[in-house]
Amino acid sequence: MPHSYDLIVGLEVHVQLQTKSKLFCRCSTKFGGPPNTQTCPVCIGMPGSLPVMNREAFRLGLKTAIALNCEIPQFTKWDRKQYYYPDLPKGYQISQYDLPMSQNGWLEISDPKKEFAAKRIGIIRAHLEEDAGKSLHDEEHGKADTRIDLNRTGTPLLEIVSAPDMRSTKEARVYLTQLRLMLLYLGVSDCNMQEGSLRVDANVNIHIQGPSGKIATPIVEVKNLNSFRHVERALAYEAKRQYDVWEETGRTIKDYPKQTRGWDDAAGTTLPQREKEESADYRYFPDPDLVPVITPKAEVEEVRSGLVELPAAIRSRLEKTYGISDYDSDVIVLQGLPFVAYFEEVAKLSGDGKKASNWVTQELLRILNDQSITLEQFPLTAPQLANLVKLVAGGEIEITRAKEVFNDMVANRRDAAAAMSALGIAKVDSSELENICKELVAANPKIVADVKAGKQQAIGALLGQAKKRNPNANPNEVRRICLELIAKMP
Amino acid sequence: MSLTRADVEKVSLLGRLRLGDAELDTMTEQMGRIVGYIEQLGELSTDNVQPMAHAQEMHNVFADDALGASLPRDAALANAPKKDAECYRVPAVLGE
Ligand SMILES: [Zn+2]
Repeated sequence: MPHSYDLIVGLEVHVQLQTKSKLFCRCSTKFGGPPNTQTCPVCIGMPGSLPVMNREAFRLGLKTAIALNCEIPQFTKWDRKQYYYPDLPKGYQISQYDLPMSQNGWLEISDPKKEFAAKRIGIIRAHLEEDAGKSLHDEEHGKADTRIDLNRTGTPLLEIVSAPDMRSTKEARVYLTQLRLMLLYLGVSDCNMQEGSLRVDANVNIHIQGPSGKIATPIVEVKNLNSFRHVERALAYEAKRQYDVWEETGRTIKDYPKQTRGWDDAAGTTLPQREKEESADYRYFPDPDLVPVITPKAEVEEVRSGLVELPAAIRSRLEKTYGISDYDSDVIVLQGLPFVAYFEEVAKLSGDGKKASNWVTQELLRILNDQSITLEQFPLTAPQLANLVKLVAGGEIEITRAKEVFNDMVANRRDAAAAMSALGIAKVDSSELENICKELVAANPKIVADVKAGKQQAIGALLGQAKKRNPNANPNEVRRICLELIAKMP
Repeated sequence: MSLTRADVEKVSLLGRLRLGDAELDTMTEQMGRIVGYIEQLGELSTDNVQPMAHAQEMHNVFADDALGASLPRDAALANAPKKDAECYRVPAVLGE
């Protein structure tokens, strides 16, 4: 490629807030109900019905906005965004236009694999709006009709709009991962992408290093991104496509409008989407059925001080408290709050944070993945695992045997002591170990000579022999004792 | 500001109103008078008047997040011009 370019990405995330009832009526928000059984005159837009704001939805939005370091204006209001679409029964969506409930925040992202430096992604605004219904395709009848289910209509959504601050597909993925994790820790959404609780649209273009300065390509909004993997693939595809189109046509952001394209994952391409007619003219105006909301500073501070510990803070606390790597702390925090609590209990009870972290991020996670179970279904309690870690840390049992013990503990749901006696593992008495080592040293003059000549690795052969004499012999101990014995020899 | 016939054509398209030639003429004239009437407000000085988002001085009206009754499906679908046992039916949505 003759010119280098930068990828520029901003993301719009719609997240469904976890309320029992809808944003402006008391219909259920439960997913998967029979079509059109969770609607009322308010959410299907009957004349004369009046919306009333759900207090909990506002509170969850506020909590999220504060966690995203947003300014919370004292005054906020709701507006009507007008367009015609069959899944929008009122002919307008109640959203927020010029006075959103929050703005100018940021989310810090960092990559434990260090592919990019830690950076802040700006949050332009986060506003509270209602969801639309669902269009179903009538495959059964194969007719030209579309079927409409309005159960989802009026479900509370928080739209979180990032600044175009991401510079790679990787950064976009990490932003989404960190944002989702924060929402889960806050308990404001289940973030279930299959059920549409978290939806992503991407605004993307590229800045080409042209012969006489930077050239920006027209912005494309990519829709239909159903997983974070899709986001990454679609962005990579768009960057390449926009470069090719620029080479062919010379179109830039200055002479070509924003377009909407949909991601087709099976084909691995984006395709132009038919624009909603006159979509640019939403004719927003304040919804006269709703009154504004005033949030005093004291209330903002109250919510702020009541926030749970957020993922970034937990990561750095785990690193400081237990001396674990940022890579491990990231793995632990990604698993969610119960996993963090489990790790901390193992670390505290075993007295060895690093070893505790190794055991939970490697052995424990391996079991969860292999058996497709959750931590709640994992058979060992934190004190049980801590006990094993303590034995390893104290040199009572060496690591390969400890892993056998662990597998037995998991398979037979018993604690370390029971597993060890079942496996015939006992700590070898120190005088017995010493005797084994004396015999080995006496029987292997060649190895002794090699070690004395500086070939320390020659000792390895003795470890295997010791294991044959007593399978419970700790190789580290054998090595230490043999080296001591050899050093004392003339 | 005076309202043009093109303005009225655009607004009627956005509002999904199909107006005939004579209706467009009438509407241009009538809506023009309404806009002109409202425009008189421009003569007032509003330098010391706070902008309002609502005609009432009310704010912070909330409902608790508790479930209420929804409509039976039959009732919800009752007014639909076209429906089946579960859903509203509409002409195929383009671009989906
Ligand atoms: Zn309702």
